[in-house]
Amino acid sequence: MISFQVNSKPVSFEGDRETPLLWVLRDHLQLTGSKYGCGIGQCGACTVHIDGGAQRSCVTPVSDIEGRSITTIEGLAADGELHPVQQAWLEIDVPQCGYCQAGQIMATADFLKKNPAPSDQDIDNGISNICRCGTYVRIRKAIHRAAELAGEEK
Amino acid sequence: MSMSVENARMELDLIDESRRRFLVAGSGIAGSFVLGLPAITFSNRAIAQDLHGERQIGFFIEIIGDGSVIIGSNQPEIGQGVRTALPMLVAEELDVEWSKVSVRQMPLGIVKTADGYDWKYGGQGVGGSTGLTENWDFMREVGATARQQLIRAAAARLNVSPASCSTKPGYVVCDSPAGAISYGELIADAAKLEMPTESPPLKDMRDYRIVGKRQNALDVIDIITGKAKYGIDTREADMRFAVIARSPYLNGRVRSFEDTEARKVGGVLDVFKIDGPEAGEPYLILASGVAVVATSTWAAIKGREALQIDWDAGPNAKDNTDTFWQQNHEMLKTKGQVVVDDGQLEQAMSEADKVIKRQYQVPFVSHQPLEPQNCYAHVMEDRCHIIAPTQMPSGASRAAAAVTGLPRENIRVEMTRVGGGFGRRLTNDYVAEAAMISMKTGSPIKLQWTREDDVRHDFYRPAGLHEMGAGLDGDGKVIAWTQRLASASKYYRRPNMPDEDLWGAELYDDDFPRRMVDNFRLEYFHNPIGVPRGSWRAPAHTANAFVIQSFLDEIAFETGQDPLQLRLDMLGDKRELEYGNHGGPTFNPGRLSRLIGFVAERIDYSKKRPDGHGVGLATHFTFGGYAAHGVEVTVRPQGQLIIERIVAAIDCGFAVNPQAVEAQLQGGTIDGISTALGLEITVKDGQVQQSNFHDYPLLRIAAVPSLFEAHILPYDDTPTGVGEIGIPPAAPALTNAIFAATGIRLRRLPIGDQLQKAMSG
Repeated sequence: MISFQVNSKPVSFEGDRETPLLWVLRDHLQLTGSKYGCGIGQCGACTVHIDGGAQRSCVTPVSDIEGRSITTIEGLAADGELHPVQQAWLEIDVPQCGYCQAGQIMATADFLKKNPAPSDQDIDNGISNICRCGTYVRIRKAIHRAAELAGEEK
Repeated sequence: MSMSVENARMELDLIDESRRRFLVAGSGIAGSFVLGLPAITFSNRAIAQDLHGERQIGFFIEIIGDGSVIIGSNQPEIGQGVRTALPMLVAEELDVEWSKVSVRQMPLGIVKTADGYDWKYGGQGVGGSTGLTENWDFMREVGATARQQLIRAAAARLNVSPASCSTKPGYVVCDSPAGAISYGELIADAAKLEMPTESPPLKDMRDYRIVGKRQNALDVIDIITGKAKYGIDTREADMRFAVIARSPYLNGRVRSFEDTEARKVGGVLDVFKIDGPEAGEPYLILASGVAVVATSTWAAIKGREALQIDWDAGPNAKDNTDTFWQQNHEMLKTKGQVVVDDGQLEQAMSEADKVIKRQYQVPFVSHQPLEPQNCYAHVMEDRCHIIAPTQMPSGASRAAAAVTGLPRENIRVEMTRVGGGFGRRLTNDYVAEAAMISMKTGSPIKLQWTREDDVRHDFYRPAGLHEMGAGLDGDGKVIAWTQRLASASKYYRRPNMPDEDLWGAELYDDDFPRRMVDNFRLEYFHNPIGVPRGSWRAPAHTANAFVIQSFLDEIAFETGQDPLQLRLDMLGDKRELEYGNHGGPTFNPGRLSRLIGFVAERIDYSKKRPDGHGVGLATHFTFGGYAAHGVEVTVRPQGQLIIERIVAAIDCGFAVNPQAVEAQLQGGTIDGISTALGLEITVKDGQVQQSNFHDYPLLRIAAVPSLFEAHILPYDDTPTGVGEIGIPPAAPALTNAIFAATGIRLRRLPIGDQLQKAMSG
């Protein structure tokens, strides 16, 4: 049995230890906000935070997260308050089909911790999630806006 | 039995047909009628009896006591914004505050009639950039009719004439001391009223408060908090999970399989064969394979990995795209099927001062919506339940009916939010597969495709080799034009499709520059290959715009003309030309002139730039809408390409939701650039060689310039679609910019490493 925390709640998983965290979240814990896109860590639609850092859950075996703490898109907003990245996404109206956006938001939330005021170049180097609809123009704008909002909150 | 790509087009026709019948059946008065309270009026009263909730007017509108309004959306939402745009039309005419509106996805609605099936909620299905245009009148009438009913309810209550009443957002205001009465108070009375038989007048567009203004998508909050439900998120009681190991060979079959190890995988419940169609025959599903059913997605995937399957490689085992290209070159040396022949081509060419010929190659590409195909199916003895991310819900219903033999009225099809369409989900092969598996196991199942499945089993955009020819007079004016195309037609295994009609999916015979060049010929060669083909966002426009807009720049260069001026001379001023293809009945080339002139100015096209820097332009008319691009690039000495700036412009007549139009223009442009830069599907020994995003590299944010402008140039009061319009000119604007920067003309897509090779050699 593997025990860990998801969105501050203790959970455990009994099953194939190789199961990617993504499928544990989706099929077993029924947290479907994290999406399956490629299964090989390429697209980032499955991005979650493990002990606060962005990871691609489709290539993270559940055995690796014993005792660790996971945050998914469902747990990003704290106490009913949207995270600054979510606020920026809402304000800029980023999504089209929306399928990749949970991963984009989770990736950005971690990215901004390390780069609180990123340049366009920083974004190019730091964000590699795929958006098939091509919402990148608005993603870029929203990342800058989220940085502003996070700065204001401090 | 056949389905899908073929039928997708037929379904679009069906929508058109059904809509025409609506209008004919209902009207008699001024052409427009109350589709309003939907369908009530056109089919049978029995439906009308059961449709009324106590707080509902027709199928689409429900008003809660606090005045909030729930508006039904009958179309699939694939990221094009229709779930916001259609309710905007209803809310505008209903006269409510937009902030009070929420939206509810409606299921497929079909009604059995004496001679088949009719739509219950109006035509449903999204393809061909028609989601908005097909519903523009319909949804406004839905709102306007409901508003009339609320007014009648208020008038009756106050015992005044309806004519003395009007509305303000959320309230009926009558000429009475009672003042304003909220819709919430009136809805119960309004819901009981007999439906009117005439269409109410629509609002003057100058009075619009909601439509034509920038509105955020209604679902953003659910998307950014992970609550939005896509097909892949479906979870129903007792549901099992399934995957299929499909033949890696085009039209291959399962000779035998060994499942002992697969069945040992924890959670695997069942393993069985799925039979595909005969090669070349119309199809319901695409591939033969072996299905694995399990208690979780991962168990099904692990079970599939443990299968040992002996494949019969089948009749296409020797198919190679390399051979396909050689064949296309050979074909172009012969005479093909002349499908348009205006004027005297040979004579004009022989009299021309200069003749220019060029060949261009456009590859097979794949759709790759980010949500891989999936479908929930529960086939029961007398009925069936389908939940699917699909662009064509009635195709899903037909697919399930074909598999199960159940009458379509016993098949319930629900639509989820869809993680991208791009044309892939016009085909419901995955619905048929899911129904097959549920029928075989007797359980509710969700079929899940992996990314590899999606890359290898698609209906790819056709590949083709184009030979362009132009004859010019002494002044550099184009007096003769030919396009000769050897391709694998998109009309793939379509039933009752004669060979001589295959060109129709590849060459749109009324496209630019027809009627602008007197001597004009289109010639087609169909080169069959086992690669499945289908509609890929803006279908053949993506290929033809690349070819035509590249060739124009080549003509300009060869004759010392300015590429912009050459286009303006050929396009000319605003005038309506006959246009028989989708997006007609007319095409106004002057609207393209306006757009390309606009982007040229924005991007400072006439400015001299140093070596290694260049700007390219292109413009194209797609499905009723007009677009142009200007792209500025830097190419480093070793061939590294940097896109510095993009200026995109669209003329979609009237923009219902400018914010969504802008998004489609940005996204379409990026799709065009992404595909041109690095995307290609190749086949070797009958197998698709790509499998996932490492070898089918969709564009990431780093390649998208910070300088990116998307402009909407309004034209008139009629909206056109926007989903596909923004793609076609993007690729040729990019390759034209590369030529301007380097003198290297890229005639083969994708661009790949061609620049590095050309510049290092």
